[in-house]
Amino acid sequence: MRTKIILALGAITLPFLLRNLHMIIFLVPDDLEQGPVYRIFYYHLPPYFVAAMGYFTAMVASILYLVKKDQKYDAIAVSATEIGLAFAAVNLITGMIWGRISWGIWWAWDARLTWALIGWLVYFGYLVLRRAIDDPTERAKISAVLSIFASASVAITYKAIEWWRTQHPGPVLSIRTGGGTLDPAMENMLYENTLALLLLGAIFLLVRLRQEEVQREIDGLRRFVHAGN
Amino acid sequence: MDERNITFMFYGLAVAWGLLALYAVLLGLRERDLTKQLDTLKRMVEEKK
Repeated sequence: MRTKIILALGAITLPFLLRNLHMIIFLVPDDLEQGPVYRIFYYHLPPYFVAAMGYFTAMVASILYLVKKDQKYDAIAVSATEIGLAFAAVNLITGMIWGRISWGIWWAWDARLTWALIGWLVYFGYLVLRRAIDDPTERAKISAVLSIFASASVAITYKAIEWWRTQHPGPVLSIRTGGGTLDPAMENMLYENTLALLLLGAIFLLVRLRQEEVQREIDGLRRFVHAGN
Repeated sequence: MDERNITFMFYGLAVAWGLLALYAVLLGLRERDLTKQLDTLKRMVEEKK
């Protein structure tokens, strides 16, 4: 059943992503000041939305794990974190390429960039930490606590452009500014690509969750095989 | 389309698609590895019975 859902989602998502790519390159209006390089925006902000959704899912699953002690929630937390990291890496690297043209530098120790990087490093540390703990219950408990603390970095990253006015531009989406900062055609394209990338993230999550289940089955069979030796 | 900095636009788009494609490939490779491990263990359990 899950394979069918993954295939169905894939059949919707791939054409959606390709259609968006075509529109982003050829159809959305140009930015007068920046030229075509501003189109990186469509692969810079939406991946962070997906990453933040992944981190948020991990936080909720971590709380549920601590309350219910069910390994299923630990599997959701680790899967969502890994996917969040992949999308956050896209956000950081596309931001660097865009910054090279817009600001003339690859990186600035600006509040938004720095917090996004800190968040990425903390979640990467979460995955490394998990590999260092053998006992599944202990691993799930410690990583759940870390995930809940790490989620603060997502909220700080989101608010950084309001709290500290440094290099990174302030909010541009009409849901935060009340409108007037971004052409509606550009903003709509941004939401459409966010939706496409969210669907891609959902596919990754379903695949990754299945892998966690298989891994647990493997661990159980290993214990059974070794118990008899 | 205005052609200023068009190379960097393509770098940005290529990096985004490339990283996501790379992650998809890594997931596929992990899936294959896990399936192999599971099949081997199931055979071992069958032999043990």
